[in-house]
Amino acid sequence: MTIDSFMTAASDYANEVDGTFWVLVVISSLITLLVAALIAGFSLRYRRGSTARRGPLSERFGRDVEIGWTVATLFLFLFIFWWAASNQLSALNVPGHAMEIHVVAKQWMWRVQQPGGAREINEIHVPENVPIRLVMTSEDVIHDLFLPTMRLKQDVLPGRYTYLSFTPTKTGVFHLTCAEYCGTDHSVMAGRLVVMTAPDYARWTNAQPEADDLAHQGEALFSALGCSGCHAPTSSIHAPDLHGLYGRAVPLADGRVVTADEAYLRDSILLPAKDIVAGYAPIMPSFRSAITEDDLVKLIAYLKSLSTSPTGAPGSAGVSPASGKERAGGTPAVPGGGQQ
Amino acid sequence: MTDAAIADVAVDTQPASYLGAGHTLLSWLTTTDHKRIAILYAVSITLFFFIGGIAIGLVRLELMAPRGLFLTSEAYNRLFSLHGIIMVWFFLVPSIPATMGNFLLPLMIGAHDVAFPRLNLFSWYLYVFGAAFTVYALISGGVDTGWTFYTPLSTSYATGYVVAAATGVFVVGFSSIATGVNFIATAHMLRAPGMTWFRLPLFVWAMYTVSMVMVLATPVLAMSLLLVIAERAFGLPIFDAARGGDPVLFQHLFWFYSHPAVYIMILPAMGVVSEVIPCFARKTIFGYAFMVYALITIAVIGFMVWGHHMFVAGQSPLANLVFSFLSFIVAVPSAIKVFNWTATLHRGEITFEAPMLYALGFVGLFTIGGLTGLFLASVPIDIHATDTYFVIAHFHFVMVGGTVSAYMAGLHFWWPKVTGRMYSEAWARFAAITTFLGFNATFLPQFVMGWNGMPRRYHYYPDVFQAWHVMSSVGALILAVAYVLPLIYFGWSLIYGRRAGANPWNATGLEWQTSSPPPKENFHRIPRVDVEPYAYGEFVHLPMADDRTPPSLPSPASGGG
Amino acid sequence: MSDAATALREPWPDLDRQREGVSVGIWLFIASEVLFFGALLLGYAVYRALYPEAFRIAGAETEVFYGSVNLLLLLTSSVTMTIAVDASRHGMRRTVIACLALTILLGAAFLMFKGLEYSADIAKGLLPGAHFPLQPPQTQLFWGLYWVMTGVHAIHLAIGIAIVGTFAVMLWRRLMPIESPAMLGVATYWHFVDTVWIILFPLLYLVDRS
Repeated sequence: MTIDSFMTAASDYANEVDGTFWVLVVISSLITLLVAALIAGFSLRYRRGSTARRGPLSERFGRDVEIGWTVATLFLFLFIFWWAASNQLSALNVPGHAMEIHVVAKQWMWRVQQPGGAREINEIHVPENVPIRLVMTSEDVIHDLFLPTMRLKQDVLPGRYTYLSFTPTKTGVFHLTCAEYCGTDHSVMAGRLVVMTAPDYARWTNAQPEADDLAHQGEALFSALGCSGCHAPTSSIHAPDLHGLYGRAVPLADGRVVTADEAYLRDSILLPAKDIVAGYAPIMPSFRSAITEDDLVKLIAYLKSLSTSPTGAPGSAGVSPASGKERAGGTPAVPGGGQQ
Repeated sequence: MTDAAIADVAVDTQPASYLGAGHTLLSWLTTTDHKRIAILYAVSITLFFFIGGIAIGLVRLELMAPRGLFLTSEAYNRLFSLHGIIMVWFFLVPSIPATMGNFLLPLMIGAHDVAFPRLNLFSWYLYVFGAAFTVYALISGGVDTGWTFYTPLSTSYATGYVVAAATGVFVVGFSSIATGVNFIATAHMLRAPGMTWFRLPLFVWAMYTVSMVMVLATPVLAMSLLLVIAERAFGLPIFDAARGGDPVLFQHLFWFYSHPAVYIMILPAMGVVSEVIPCFARKTIFGYAFMVYALITIAVIGFMVWGHHMFVAGQSPLANLVFSFLSFIVAVPSAIKVFNWTATLHRGEITFEAPMLYALGFVGLFTIGGLTGLFLASVPIDIHATDTYFVIAHFHFVMVGGTVSAYMAGLHFWWPKVTGRMYSEAWARFAAITTFLGFNATFLPQFVMGWNGMPRRYHYYPDVFQAWHVMSSVGALILAVAYVLPLIYFGWSLIYGRRAGANPWNATGLEWQTSSPPPKENFHRIPRVDVEPYAYGEFVHLPMADDRTPPSLPSPASGGG
Repeated sequence: MSDAATALREPWPDLDRQREGVSVGIWLFIASEVLFFGALLLGYAVYRALYPEAFRIAGAETEVFYGSVNLLLLLTSSVTMTIAVDASRHGMRRTVIACLALTILLGAAFLMFKGLEYSADIAKGLLPGAHFPLQPPQTQLFWGLYWVMTGVHAIHLAIGIAIVGTFAVMLWRRLMPIESPAMLGVATYWHFVDTVWIILFPLLYLVDRS
């Protein structure tokens, strides 16, 4: 498939951004032309030896002009701010059931896990007209996932999840590049975003080798790593029940109440001493040395599935957590990128 | 100005000149004369300007082809990193303050020297010491982290001489701080009798405000780099995510300095332009008070906008909005300055010597640079444009189209005062025009390709951008020629140039009321000031004095403006 | 007096103005130092807010005894420094030199106890890295900051001792006048270094230790 131009606008949001951009181009060009014309005009008219009328303007005139253009500039700039900001605010509303795709960045490639379990390298297949939410983390340095045709990018950080949400409205193959300098092969850490019609995407998903979805694989890991040893309802160890945990408010030992989002689940597995649940002893060991980022993705998918299905059967990719809720005391795990 | 100092003016490089007071290298290396220290700085930063320029020349050459021509990716990455590090810290930040600020500040306020002359010399040695560390990093193979040293790349993954480079920058930062302390104390304590705050030339106000920023912002950079060194060299975890550290914390600390740093680079440039335009328009600056308030406002609000470099770094949307809002606000005083410079031309009597050409070029290029800053202050635009060539074009418009143009304007304007020689006006004008054209050819294409999605810091790139890259590289070649020309004609002028009188431009300002070059103690007698600055008469057509006539007074201010 | 005559330096018109100038200069430098340490303290504050439990565990391992002794030493040294500056304004040569010497001794004693403290810390293995004895991993953040904060402070103190020592020698050999305005400068710096320790001490030694 030939790749579409960088300049294609492949979502409604991208078109809005372009609109804002061109308005700014027009305003800036007018201002630049005004300044250039004045400089050129004055230089010509008042060059030494010309017969133009000189002599002072009244002092009050000078001051009035100053105040006038200061106020005008201020209002113009505030207008532009307000307009661009309102553009972005409307884009911040996360649609309820975004399809979540996990991305792990490392020097110098992108590893992608579809909710159905399919894995891709340097490619993300998505269906058109479906809200997509990329859940991203890095294994090493800071990278940045740039989708120029969506007019979006978001830094991908180690030790944290960041998010990029969009709804593609055009099918095609689009550029995907790294946009945060990450070492030697930064400039070739590129890939493709493949947007397909829904039937095509379904066909593609079914044709992928890994049939088990993420939550299934996570369930297997949950037993294999011994998590059920403490967290199963029948366990003799006093450990929190994980059914329905995802998305719920969790009271902590130090009095704070946090929301159990992906970042909370991740920290609970890797840094269990960070947020101790109220009423429980801090006895959970860290699994940092036992699992990879890919394993984490599967475990979290499994835990999320426990919310939608109380019997523990695997569910589909989870509901978006309450966005905008600050994690008490920490950097907030909120959507980082612009959204539809 | 005053009539008292005129009788004391000597016209030529007599033994009274600061250049004649001691001819040995040692006398230069142990001087505490602010004018000699200014020249020590000027020689040093010029050297680094060309080193940084050669680095980017190689980069632009390599970028003529999408798959490169002769560099490995490692080498390419190290070259662009060194270009940034050298240009920011070893050229732009010291440029106008350490050269023209040092030379002119005491002269403009009517003092014999800066407040702490030995500290001044020490600041130059700090600069040289820091530079030596960085040169060591360079010849040992360089760093590839970019000038921004983002963690964890710089602390844990980068190969190269990160610690040496960071140490060099750490040391040179204290040179900045020392200069800032000196200038603020000088401005407060050593003004001549009658030189009230609102009689100061705008260049002095610019030095004062930039010094405040240097003193308060630079230490935060120093600590950011120290923490990177602590983590990389000593394994102390500060930004290590595996142990709970936050790599984004580094970005906050780094940009808390690095945003005010760009105002460190532009405020002095604005000061120079405010001296040059009134002189060659023969008219007082329009709106002196607003110009002063604008400088102060830019310096203060400049400390509050650092997050606009981090819109996609993982900040909350609320933080993005706040920083976006403040970034729009900080653009207002800059716009006022552009309008005031333009209005100064109105009803003036304008001539187009090289300093004026550079100054007018500054106003146009700074306007474009500043307006593209508004693009980047808009969050949705920035999300697309950040980390692309759009940003590169934006900051080169303000830093090169802006600061370097103003540096050239000042260099030409004060060359006769510093050296006692006139340069070749024809060659200088040619160089000024070539600079303007070469600059636009280099950087306008970068706006286009940046918005079209060409990321920055890319060695290899998609074929579709090649035409723009070639355009940009050809422009860079023209620009390089334009920057080499002044070396030649300035050098020539030192030996063969016409001798300049005390005031070849017939300019106002105390520096023109003493000989060219000035005597070591600046003034034989400290002048008394009793007129407003920029007292260019608005009714009187003043001939431009050539250097053979005795220095004459501009007419006293006769109303208006 | 001949001392007062040599105290005046170019480009200052008179000694009072010069003193004021030194004061302006040193306070500007202190402002930059406040931002220097402030950035470090900001890092501490951020991580303490994120990981209060880890900081409590890590902070329990600092050597309160050494920290407190050092606090007392520095506070006393500020007293001797103040006396020195006051004496210098009155031209009391012997008092000035004696008090500067005492200040240096107290500062050197601080560094000596610091060395002992560092040995104790290292003996307990409190160097962040693979064999760090405490859990969870964020305790290493506290200790990383500890080494940087105390190390940077110690370097500042050592520089202060060097400058005070130089002054003492120059005064002794009459290479510097007793009334030199620079005395005020070095004293202000010394008090600043003392103040930094007054701030670091509770943050590193007293946190959650009630």
